[in-house]
Amino acid sequence: MRFRWASRPSRANTSGLLESAGYAALRDELGRQGRPWRLKPIGITVQFLSAAKNRTTYARGRITRLGRRNANVEVTAWQDDPACPVATAVMNILMVDPTE
Amino acid sequence: MNGDIDTSITDTFDPARVARFILGRAHPGWLGLRYVAHGADWVELTLPWRGDLVGEDGTGVIASGPIISLMDMAAGMAIWSTSGVFEPVATLDLRVDYMRPARPRAAVSGRVQCYRRTRSAAFVRGTAHDGDPDDPVAHIAGVFMTIPWRAA
Repeated sequence: MRFRWASRPSRANTSGLLESAGYAALRDELGRQGRPWRLKPIGITVQFLSAAKNRTTYARGRITRLGRRNANVEVTAWQDDPACPVATAVMNILMVDPTE
Repeated sequence: MNGDIDTSITDTFDPARVARFILGRAHPGWLGLRYVAHGADWVELTLPWRGDLVGEDGTGVIASGPIISLMDMAAGMAIWSTSGVFEPVATLDLRVDYMRPARPRAAVSGRVQCYRRTRSAAFVRGTAHDGDPDDPVAHIAGVFMTIPWRAA
């Protein structure tokens, strides 16, 4: 349940990258389970750990809990070393039946 | 805190005047953020609708990511407006609650207030709306850290 997403400097910011990686991880897992979905963002809390430098940033989303209607996702962003994150986020996403 | 800032300097940061320099480059420039209005402790910016900012194809709704950028930038400018000086700030923590999706093809505006400023920290809160400030699409709360020029 991991998804990596890279972002170029200046075109994207870290918060947007974290969020995209979180959604990607969730879409990936729902797709793998063959579950149809429509995602509704509920909330995100971003912690900035150190100043990001002008180079490519990576982010990885990990699903903490996948329920029937709600998903909790944890995301980490880093630049050179995955062990030294520049930012982390927790996300709360609601999943609704697209046919509803 | 605010008391020991020289007022000859505090009068110099004018969000309306510096907006085109701050918003014209880098990520804010790419997004197309624009200045709307400001007060003593708040700033409002707007994010015009654009097809490539849509989150899910076919919906016409601006993604939530650019809204974070909008609110982050408005927060920074609200802090500079409050303290009256342009000084580097770093976001420590930013929470965004999405109350409803924006309307299709609607621009999203964000108004952020700096409600507490100390020597080293700034506390902000704000809302994003798509036309009616009383019917917001998102609410944010954040904490920023001031970086003194010498250390920057």
